[in-house]
Amino acid sequence: VRALCLAALLSALGAGATELTLELPDSAQRCFHQELESGVKFTLDYQVISGGHYDVDCYVEDPNGKTIYQETKKQYDSFSHHTELKGVYTFCFSNEFSTFSHKIVYFDFQVGDEPPILPDMNNRVTALTQLESACVTIHEMLNAVIDSQTHYRLREAQDHSRAEELNGRVSYWSVGETLILFVVSIGQVMLLKSFFTEKRVSSGGAGT
Amino acid sequence: LALYFHIGEREEKCIIEDTPSDTLVVGNYKVQRWDIHKHDFLESAPGLGMFVTVTSPSGEVILSKLYGPQGTFSFTSYLSGEHIICFQSNSTRFAVIAGSRLRIHLDIRVGEHFLDESAVQAKDKVNEVHVRLQHLIEQIHHVTKEQDYEREREEKFRKTSEETNSNILWWAIVQTLILISVGIWQIKSLRDFFISKKLV
Repeated sequence: VRALCLAALLSALGAGATELTLELPDSAQRCFHQELESGVKFTLDYQVISGGHYDVDCYVEDPNGKTIYQETKKQYDSFSHHTELKGVYTFCFSNEFSTFSHKIVYFDFQVGDEPPILPDMNNRVTALTQLESACVTIHEMLNAVIDSQTHYRLREAQDHSRAEELNGRVSYWSVGETLILFVVSIGQVMLLKSFFTEKRVSSGGAGT
Repeated sequence: LALYFHIGEREEKCIIEDTPSDTLVVGNYKVQRWDIHKHDFLESAPGLGMFVTVTSPSGEVILSKLYGPQGTFSFTSYLSGEHIICFQSNSTRFAVIAGSRLRIHLDIRVGEHFLDESAVQAKDKVNEVHVRLQHLIEQIHHVTKEQDYEREREEKFRKTSEETNSNILWWAIVQTLILISVGIWQIKSLRDFFISKKLV
């Protein structure tokens, strides 16, 4: 029982989940497909990590081609669904509305409810032993750790991307503004000087 | 039970894995080719292979091998950062002619240490629990590694933000000084000009 508990604890950490980070070039669409049974619950979490306005279009289709989820220009979202049909479900990320910014998108596709880590945990006659309840606690905490780490990692990546963009913008615009400043002020003086030079000649001629 | 996506015959598609240093990344994939006659994807088309290229954050290619239609690849990250894993088939046919697509099933695992099942099946129950506990400890070490990596990244991020902040301040001061000095020059220059032209 102890060994079984530990085995379940370790394997359940990655049950039926796929997480990928992909680069979405501008005006492109990337689709992923997954074969699912009916009566299964799946969750799709996605977040845009960098690029443009940090938004992306996303849609999910069931095996019959019916769109069960569609959102445009979302920065992050989480979508859960209980499947009614057995077949291939498709989800796509689209950057077609953007002409020059390619995006980096992270998504996490989880299938199925997590099985309880002790096989007959819910319908037991006796109470759980200390070791078993310790296993259950560790399992739940580790799940929380995974979620927390992923959340902070994505947020940090996104904020870092924004900060670097800001830094670049500040540098370029500062240099540009300084140049414009010089050009405009020297130009103004030159222009004024050129006005007065001509007028002097014409007013001198009209006077006599 | 893996996810799959489509790729053109000569196309290359990449995914990004952001991992701390010293982490094992293992990928399982399976390739199927679309058969025009049967209108379905064939199981492991013969002769079809997949180039898997892994680029480290410094731009160096750490893995570039040709695998068969089905396989497992793995690499250990030396540097922490974004590793780019790219897939391209070794098909020599042009996509235009065949109109063919490939279906790639993919499953990537980061940082998992695989349990040596034979050691676990040992008759000794105490040893079995011991082995599993070791595995658990390794996984918790991976959690710690990820956290250290996160700390590194946050430091870089904070440096970028502080640099931006001081950049803005410095440039604002410089521009104000330039504005004032150029303004003074303008007035002086115009005054001298008017005096020389005997307008004032």
